[in-house]
Amino acid sequence: MADAQLGTAGPLPGAESEDVELYHPHSWLTKYVFSQDAKIIAIQYASTALAIGLVALVLSWLVRLQLGFPGAISFIGPKEYYQLITMHGMIMVIYLLTALFLGGFGNYLIPLMLGARDMVFPYVNMLSYWIYLLAVLVLVASFFAPGGPTGAGWTLYPPQAILSGTPGQEWGIVLMLLSLILFIIGFTMGGVNYVVTVLQARAPGMTLMRMPLTIWGIFTATILALLAFPALFVGAVMMLLDRLLGTSFFMPAIVEAGQRLRYNGGSPILFQHLFWFFGHPEVYIVALPAFGIVSDLISTHARKNIFGYRMMVWAIVAIGALSFVVWAHHMYVSGMNPYFGFFFATTTLVIAIPTAIKVYNWVLTLWRGDIHLTLPMLFAIAFIVTFLNGGLTGLFLGNVVVDVPLSDTMFVVAHFHMVMGVAPILVIFGGLYHWYPKVTGRMLDERLGQLHFWATFLGAYAIFFPMHYLGLMGVPRRYFDIEGLSFVTPSVATLNAFISVVALLVGAAQIVFLYNLVRSLTHGAPAGPNPWRATTLEWQTPETPPPHGNWGATPPVVYRWAYDYSVPGAAEDFIPQNQPGRAPGPAPA
Amino acid sequence: MAPVLVLIAVGSIAFHLLSPWWWTPIASDWGYIDATLIITFWITGIAFTAIVLFIAYCLVRFRHRPGARAAYEPESRRLEVWLTVVTGLGVAALLAPGLVVWNRFVSVPPGASEVEVVAQQWRWAFRLPGADGRLGAANIRHVGEENPLGLDPEDAAGRDDVVIDGDLHLPLGRPVKVLLRSVDVIHNFYVPEFRAKMDIIPGTVTYFWLTPTRVGTFDALCNEVCGVSHYAMRGRVVVDAEPDYASWLQRQRTFAQLPAGRGQRRVAAQQTAPSDR
Repeated sequence: MADAQLGTAGPLPGAESEDVELYHPHSWLTKYVFSQDAKIIAIQYASTALAIGLVALVLSWLVRLQLGFPGAISFIGPKEYYQLITMHGMIMVIYLLTALFLGGFGNYLIPLMLGARDMVFPYVNMLSYWIYLLAVLVLVASFFAPGGPTGAGWTLYPPQAILSGTPGQEWGIVLMLLSLILFIIGFTMGGVNYVVTVLQARAPGMTLMRMPLTIWGIFTATILALLAFPALFVGAVMMLLDRLLGTSFFMPAIVEAGQRLRYNGGSPILFQHLFWFFGHPEVYIVALPAFGIVSDLISTHARKNIFGYRMMVWAIVAIGALSFVVWAHHMYVSGMNPYFGFFFATTTLVIAIPTAIKVYNWVLTLWRGDIHLTLPMLFAIAFIVTFLNGGLTGLFLGNVVVDVPLSDTMFVVAHFHMVMGVAPILVIFGGLYHWYPKVTGRMLDERLGQLHFWATFLGAYAIFFPMHYLGLMGVPRRYFDIEGLSFVTPSVATLNAFISVVALLVGAAQIVFLYNLVRSLTHGAPAGPNPWRATTLEWQTPETPPPHGNWGATPPVVYRWAYDYSVPGAAEDFIPQNQPGRAPGPAPA
Repeated sequence: MAPVLVLIAVGSIAFHLLSPWWWTPIASDWGYIDATLIITFWITGIAFTAIVLFIAYCLVRFRHRPGARAAYEPESRRLEVWLTVVTGLGVAALLAPGLVVWNRFVSVPPGASEVEVVAQQWRWAFRLPGADGRLGAANIRHVGEENPLGLDPEDAAGRDDVVIDGDLHLPLGRPVKVLLRSVDVIHNFYVPEFRAKMDIIPGTVTYFWLTPTRVGTFDALCNEVCGVSHYAMRGRVVVDAEPDYASWLQRQRTFAQLPAGRGQRRVAAQQTAPSDR
């Protein structure tokens, strides 16, 4: 057995000699604050992301109050409304979803699931978090700057983003662009780490095709991000130059309020291409880790191997590759050459095929499984339903001519919230309920979790499913007030009020979740090393929570794939990856 | 969980059939777009219902029971190929009609007359080509208080252009190419009843076309965020039958009749401009 011989990797050099004094942190400050341990960095990333996410949640409440009860909140005027939607969108997409999946789950799970002691470049990894925190602080600072944060919409389309007709023109947009630039610098440091760690630091026997799908998702998403974020980076730098130095990258000749501005000859559409060349892969930067995590949640809690593992891996890779040739489906009515529509509609609908395969394989994993309806499983199933719904409405918007009446209406808002808001966030919750016991050694409270789950799942569906029909009617997005539109029937106001009330309740359920997170730190039931009886390496650590270095004296050796659940003839219904013996792996049936 | 999933599947269909929120009655010949939308609703609706109900069935049938054990089945090449093919056919059934209709959308019929929409923060203005059927040249250099559309006073083709500061009227049943121009930021000209829309990019001219098919007055709204008063940037389009359209057109003024077109100074303009904002 060739695999077993790989197990000769000895203890980490120095783990039992004096060198250990250099490896482990000594002070509280280097252990918990300026930590180079990926697990601590993961917790820092996740906590910061959840904290700024809470801000975004409050912003969404205010947005919904205005839409459901126009004028009820006296301090929300048009200026404030556009600032609210802009900051809500930007925080959720970049500072919460991207940071939490890659910085949070990525940092925690990559070394542990691969049997590594840590990330390959721990110091750079630490810097990555601190630069991310700085980016968040710059973003927050824009709330307190003169004129407030930018109200340009999260897509920041120039010319309006840097002209005086848009809120936050003086300080807000500058701080926003600076914050994005910082975020990308910080992310790149982390991203290089994730990729190199996956490629170089896997335990003996952990071949690429034995990696859990969580790692495949995070790994591929990181590569996408490393290729896509530079487009946003240059876009942000160029817009900053337009704003501060008067260059004209994105600025044509403009007459604003009767005044001819000094800009001339730039192209507003160029920014849109740069933005969406980043922006569409960004959807998959969020979705691929979610795909991976949900695969592992379903497999573990259905006690069954993920169906069609190899197809799942290739689907992730195919989706990642295709995601770079679909960006202009965000621009069908942007005024770009309309003949591009043929190409981008075709690529966009083709990407539905590998995506559909993933959905089928999740569902087929349930088939003839031994389904435990634990909280992670409930969230995983809720993810499939909402992702399916949001993915299918993507077939409306991706199919160029169908997009024409729907673009920039509430249909789009409903679509992307369902597919890239609700669905990935349900996976984040599922993942947190699943891995919290490993991170803290304690279980999250089940009853609070049930309350959180049902309120979030049913509430989110009740918010966003009916919203599609408002868009179908023609209700535009980014409207402070739809009063006076002749085609809008009075029942629209009723539906908007209903959606707003549900949104407030769903938001309140998230407070319950945060309470559960904090309370279970001290009051949760002790979890033990492997409460879900899972196969992957992070559950096989000698200590829970795992200390710095993860594996004590002997790092693990891998003998099998990540999905040996309910293997016929085995004593238990799971066989950990580091258990020697016959290695069935994915064999064609 | 299973009953909830059944409820979601059935409830979504019921909502779709019973909800009072549906598209506006169409007023252009873009019924093709509505037809493609309906095809998409059918295919995606069937896929959604089938998969959600299948999950619900699995949750009931394969829910954990003491002593139960899951099957061990890593792959099934035949099933995966079969599902891929079915999905491919579904996607093709969506894409094919979509591309056919898009081809219509990008092919302006040769006989279409031109209308220009000029957007600025936060109002609409319109221009018709006048008797010669040609829109005169325009440039942002010429934009001023008396010449908000920036028409070139030197271009003879522009002298008979009809400059409209109010509702745009369109004749019923005649194809029209809508040319879109902005003097400041990106806007979008959107009339829900027409289905068609397009962004308006400063520095370039974009377009779409339609044939109005129903007499009426429709809201025109800006549908690309354009600053703090984006939501208030509204106008109206009136579709007229032939005699009404002709009499409306006769009441409009040409560029040559406006102060900027006559090359007069601003003092005179303030006395004669039809609606000076």
